[in-house]
Amino acid sequence: MLNIIWLVLLVGSVAVGLMTGHLKEVVISVTESASSAFKLALGFTGVMALWLGIMKIAEESGLVHTFTRLIAPLMSKLFPGIPDGHPALASMAMNMVANMFGLNNAATPLGIRAMEDLDTLNERKGTATDEMCMFLAINTSSLQIVPAAAIALLAAAGSSEPTAILFPALIATTVSTVTGIAAARLLSRLPRFRQEPKEGATHERLD
Amino acid sequence: MNGLTELSATVSNLLFLAFIVGIPLHGFCRGVKVYETFVTGAKEGFEVAVRIIPYLVAILVVVGMFRASGAMEIIAAAFPAFMKSAGLSPEVVSLALMRPLSGSASLGILGEIVSTYGPDSHQARLSGVILGSTETTLYVVAVYFGAVSVTRVRYAVHAGLLADAAGILASVAVCLAFFG
Repeated sequence: MLNIIWLVLLVGSVAVGLMTGHLKEVVISVTESASSAFKLALGFTGVMALWLGIMKIAEESGLVHTFTRLIAPLMSKLFPGIPDGHPALASMAMNMVANMFGLNNAATPLGIRAMEDLDTLNERKGTATDEMCMFLAINTSSLQIVPAAAIALLAAAGSSEPTAILFPALIATTVSTVTGIAAARLLSRLPRFRQEPKEGATHERLD
Repeated sequence: MNGLTELSATVSNLLFLAFIVGIPLHGFCRGVKVYETFVTGAKEGFEVAVRIIPYLVAILVVVGMFRASGAMEIIAAAFPAFMKSAGLSPEVVSLALMRPLSGSASLGILGEIVSTYGPDSHQARLSGVILGSTETTLYVVAVYFGAVSVTRVRYAVHAGLLADAAGILASVAVCLAFFG
């Protein structure tokens, strides 16, 4: 899927650029985007280090463990393949909490941390597990309770009631999250995507 | 600024501080050497950032090219006129299409919509609701999977884009119900 999207965007942009006479802009955007991607990653380093440091303290103090036990009932329904008490459950839950409150600076490092924790359970490195796909589906469905950026923009433009979108957005984002979870569940059962347990895997699947 | 907006900003800030101050404080009470532990954890930050660079370059370059090509305007203009009655003007359609690709670009389009139609217009509100119920799917996929060097993402993109599509459809329906 990523292969196709990537290639379509790449070839399509050049083709459309030729038709619309924007080819020069397309060419310029190639090197500009590449260097801005690097700057983005570099600027991200400090925040990433901050959150990884905080997370390490939470681990050592036993806070992660306590938190994992608290949210276990909910998380085990969404992620049945993850063993009880695994740190991935805590890091995923913390990422979701940060996302709900729109703390993007915290959500991304915590999400990356969650992916690393999930990868410790991955029998095929380089290939996504069902749990990773579910986590991504929930994340990309938007969990934010308050669309702060949009409200701020409406308010700045002099809207008489910028928070009018609050409740409609809450309903719409609930629909998208439920759809994301359902889609991940259903897609994981399609023969195209189903993964048999790897031969010689140490743990048995009883289902 | 509205009281509700302020309240949500306060809650977000308090939560942020609860993480940043509360976790070290709790650790200290539990006998953790907070400074040393923080530094040990933070060391990995650079490594992670470097690891996601190739994935970010791959996604941001094609998104940048696509934006520059003007393809979005062509696609948006091709949408039939009846959709405009549901608030789906070409600008709103391009915002919805841009959203999975780029957060800053879609926020920029919202700015244009607000200045074209006014901040209390149906188009502006619908756009705000769409922004609130969808996510920059391709960016999240690139960064999260990049961090663990996963290239075979299986159905993650399908599920993410389906969720975005559902969010957009729900936004249109909810806005029609709320704002007529």
